[in-house]
Amino acid sequence: MDKVEAIWRIESARLIAGLARFVRDVALAEDLAQDALVAALEQWHRDGVPDAPGPWLMAVAKRKAIDALRRRDAYASKLILIQEVPEAEDWDDAIDDHLGDDLLRLIFTAAHPTLTTDAQKALILRMLCGLSTPEIARAFLIPEATAAQRIVRAKKTLTGVRFEMPTKDETTARQSQVLQIVYLIFNEGYAATGGDDWARPALCHEAMRLGRLLASLLPDDAEAHGLLALMELQASRLAARVDAAGEPVPLLEQDRRRWDRALIRHGLDALARAEALGGGPYTLQAMIAACHARAINPAATDWPRIAALYEVLAHVQPGPVVRLNQAVALGFAGDPGRGLRIVDELDLPDYPHHPAVRAELLDRLGRGDEARAELGRAAAMSRNAAEQRLFRRRADRINPAK
Amino acid sequence: MRFLTLLRAAHPDGPPPPELMAAIMRLGEEATASGALLDTAGLAPSITGARIALKGGDLSVTDGPFAEAKEVISYAIYDVGSRDEAVEWASRFVKVHRDSWPGWEGEVDVLKVFGPEDFTPA
Repeated sequence: MDKVEAIWRIESARLIAGLARFVRDVALAEDLAQDALVAALEQWHRDGVPDAPGPWLMAVAKRKAIDALRRRDAYASKLILIQEVPEAEDWDDAIDDHLGDDLLRLIFTAAHPTLTTDAQKALILRMLCGLSTPEIARAFLIPEATAAQRIVRAKKTLTGVRFEMPTKDETTARQSQVLQIVYLIFNEGYAATGGDDWARPALCHEAMRLGRLLASLLPDDAEAHGLLALMELQASRLAARVDAAGEPVPLLEQDRRRWDRALIRHGLDALARAEALGGGPYTLQAMIAACHARAINPAATDWPRIAALYEVLAHVQPGPVVRLNQAVALGFAGDPGRGLRIVDELDLPDYPHHPAVRAELLDRLGRGDEARAELGRAAAMSRNAAEQRLFRRRADRINPAK
Repeated sequence: MRFLTLLRAAHPDGPPPPELMAAIMRLGEEATASGALLDTAGLAPSITGARIALKGGDLSVTDGPFAEAKEVISYAIYDVGSRDEAVEWASRFVKVHRDSWPGWEGEVDVLKVFGPEDFTPA
């Protein structure tokens, strides 16, 4: 029943968050929400979908919650909880009043430091996006049993973790952890080009949805807006990144008419908010992506600005890949010599883009023979057949040494 | 995947009740925060618009209003995981009309925007 699935996708996060507010236990709240879904599947199939499915699900889950809390009380282990079971009528108001806080608490709990990154990703997709276990398995290319086990273990780990906001000291770290998990989810989708299975590219959309949710829950956090901008600007190129034969198309060779204007506009709006709030590493990366998005054709790209932004990014978030990208930008900005000096200082073993970027800079400096040799090294290093072909094509295009 | 929804209804005789506007704002806020709603706006009566047509090789520009019984009242763009989800949001939008504007009638078309998933390489 696809309609139930659609309702579940819309309602599950607020349902789990609202329940967790009262049972104080995310794992139990998730169980209760799933029980309510099972009840809905049975009853709605028989009687039709109710006019207000969200409140219906909440009412059923509430009854189950009260039963569960009473059972716990019978074991005399959680006496305190039963005293806090509110009157049924109070729930709806409380849930509406505190929805934002509850959703944030739910996200923070799913990104709890006691969980592995894989567990955090799976829990966020399940509890905030309403994805089923088989959907999570498909998205991460793992067997269903593995995904199920990962979720069960994660929920077990969370038992005993109180459903509350991180302390003031922890908040910054937890917030950046949440953003990082969302970006990891995005990148899993982004790395999967084309193919028959859209479960992985669909991860980009789940991540953007999460990004929009975070931007609305953390309106004053520059990086929440910066991450959203970065994801939307990158995703605007999804359709143009692969040609009809499924081969990857590098950014500068993409047909820009196929870039998604709506996502670009949305991303630039998010970027403006991020910049106004002060920015950070995601915002800087989004600013770089925006330089490409704003350029009507490759020649219109503001390369000096991109090189300067990478320079700043390299200070805020040092790393060899940032430096490598800075070198590329310097090459385009008319300073390949400086780019080459940066590249030669980098230690990036087994990273095919390292020799590939060196090749590009050498070619710009008129050292074609060396450039071709570097592209050969890049192709030999790459484990991806499409990428190897790309490097070879580039090598063929380089003119002999001038 | 993205969907465009178009709300069509007869020209109302009076302004919509304030409760409806409040309910629409609330629903819009919820849909935006959840990441589903990308854009939405109301549309002025077609008397302020124009229609460009090509017929028999002739291009013509006609001022509004258009002769249709129903006008396009508003549009929305949703970014969701399935058509059912877009249908659910659009249904909620229609329900708030039903609940706060007795006698109101109208319809929403839910149209899929082509996306990369529609052009999977063979």
